[in-house]
Amino acid sequence: MAAVLTRDIVKKFGEVPAVNGISLTVPDGEFMVLLGPSGCGKTTFLRIICGLEQQTSGDLLIGGHVVNDIPPRARGVAMMFQSYGLYPHYTVRNNIAFPLRTQRVPREEIQKKVDWASRLLGIGHLLDRRPRQLSGGERQRVALARALVREPTALLLDEPLSNLDAKLRTLARQEIKNFQQSVGLTTVYVTHDQVEAMGMGDRIAVIDHGRIRQVGTPTEIYEDPADLFVATFVGAPPMNVVTHNGGGYLGFRPENFLPRNMIEDGGATEFSFRVDRSEYLGSERIVYGVIADFDSSQPITAKLPPAHVAEASIHPGEWHRFAVKNSALRHFDAGGNRNTRH
Amino acid sequence: MAVIAEPIAKPVSRFHFVLDRREVLETILVAPAILYVLLLVGLPLLLAIYYSLSAYTIYNPTWKFVGLANFEQILQDPTFLDTLRNTFIFTFGSQLLGLVLGKFGAFLLLRPFRGRKIVRALIILPFAVPVALATIAWQWMFDSLYSVINWSLIAAGFLTREDAPNWLGDPYLAMLCIVIINAWRFFPFAIVIFLAGITAVPQDVIDAATVDGAGFWRRNYQIILPMILPIMAIGLIFGIVFTFTDLSIVFLLTMGGPGGATSVLGFAGFQTGIVSGDVSHGAAISLFMLPVLLVVVIFMLRFIRRWEI
Repeated sequence: MAAVLTRDIVKKFGEVPAVNGISLTVPDGEFMVLLGPSGCGKTTFLRIICGLEQQTSGDLLIGGHVVNDIPPRARGVAMMFQSYGLYPHYTVRNNIAFPLRTQRVPREEIQKKVDWASRLLGIGHLLDRRPRQLSGGERQRVALARALVREPTALLLDEPLSNLDAKLRTLARQEIKNFQQSVGLTTVYVTHDQVEAMGMGDRIAVIDHGRIRQVGTPTEIYEDPADLFVATFVGAPPMNVVTHNGGGYLGFRPENFLPRNMIEDGGATEFSFRVDRSEYLGSERIVYGVIADFDSSQPITAKLPPAHVAEASIHPGEWHRFAVKNSALRHFDAGGNRNTRH
Repeated sequence: MAVIAEPIAKPVSRFHFVLDRREVLETILVAPAILYVLLLVGLPLLLAIYYSLSAYTIYNPTWKFVGLANFEQILQDPTFLDTLRNTFIFTFGSQLLGLVLGKFGAFLLLRPFRGRKIVRALIILPFAVPVALATIAWQWMFDSLYSVINWSLIAAGFLTREDAPNWLGDPYLAMLCIVIINAWRFFPFAIVIFLAGITAVPQDVIDAATVDGAGFWRRNYQIILPMILPIMAIGLIFGIVFTFTDLSIVFLLTMGGPGGATSVLGFAGFQTGIVSGDVSHGAAISLFMLPVLLVVVIFMLRFIRRWEI
């Protein structure tokens, strides 16, 4: 196990930079999530770490050694791919054994390790099947077993849950996280799904256009977004953003935007909110509308606890007094960066 | 509201929608192919079996049942056994050479370079050129006096005029020549098959193998090749069937010579049955292909099904 460190990694395809200067430190044993929209360069960055792509410039260190010119097989990292990349002509046993066979590990040793990895992931009964005879969840476990079997220095995961259905995904999320914690393996996990990022990451690096916008714990990312991109990318529905004081922006989370009477006294900023539409989602009610005297490119959303706000009290077309606690307001300057003065 | 789909009100003939019925349409569409096969493959095959069991010649065109006598006779003929051996050497030699060339060609054409599209188009040429023209071109290249190959080797100092090989005059070299020409005709097809197969291997699988520590050779021979084996086998079935039954190159280049060294089944059947008029023996020679090809095709199809991934 080892720390992964990158220094100003740039990767250009032709003239277009896919990765535009990423410096990131993943300490030993950390679960780091790279979060960003599709096409932001996160997968390219992951492929640079494992050596499938060569960076245009910048340094990559694994376990303290510069590995810029070391081929993938010698880097000691394992990678799990979006569609798993299982070898269809091999049985599960041979799939898991393949990384060991390439290292010329003795036969008995391979046998032992394959048993260990398959027991770890609960796929011992599948060893003689071919990948096509497995379900999505089973394939994912086989891919994970294959990645782990040679005890890599770091584990790289490229959207490993995107091929699973919603229910299985929740389960697999738990499993991967539990597993990573018990083994203490340095992990870099790429996803565009913020729920996965928030739920699994020790830290999250939010990436956009080949650059890191913010690195921080899930709480930091959510509560203290560094800029408007992070603020609006993380959170569902995203943070409300309105123009403010001429050039700046004011942001507040939908769950902090509440009817005035639900906010206890203390510093709060009031808004006049016109409700246009309301969605009942069981555990919450999402209300869409506009607020007076502020401009916003998106409809303003409020996330209300339905137990406290009866449907009868909110009708489309009506104006209501809403407010946000001052401590929940986030200020951004004209360039979209977080304004720390407030 | 505007009504777009109106139910048909007036009664229509019960044949009005006959083509909407799947089984009727299927029958109509597939009938020409079945008729074609029955008339142009089935009938000649039956005719060949009929002739091979008779003493039919064009000089004595009477139906006289002789049982398997024709087969016995050709099997006792050492020339026929040579022909059979030649056919196997010709078929499998050229397929093997074609596959090797095809694999190299496919790998060269996979990596991007300037003018790749033009090269990809040109590489198809040997496959597209009429066999007669191509063979005549090769005939000049292998000519005993004017061979450009010999000329080049002599000019480069590898050979002297005296010991220049007589390509088409030597039994072994003549066989090599027809194998080379057929491989040359087959390899663009092999390239296409390999390219189709290799591009169908998911990039994730190849990347996974790379990260798992497989180098170039291991990736190729343990991952890519096994995955494209089924499509390769299909291509090979075509190649074997076409080559085994082919007589054009031999007919145009060597006429089976020198001394029967390049005579193959198709050519021998043609010579005996059509040119010499001994239809019954010609038919028996031609029918010898049937069990061989049947075994090859069944074996390969079974292999593909078992391998299926």
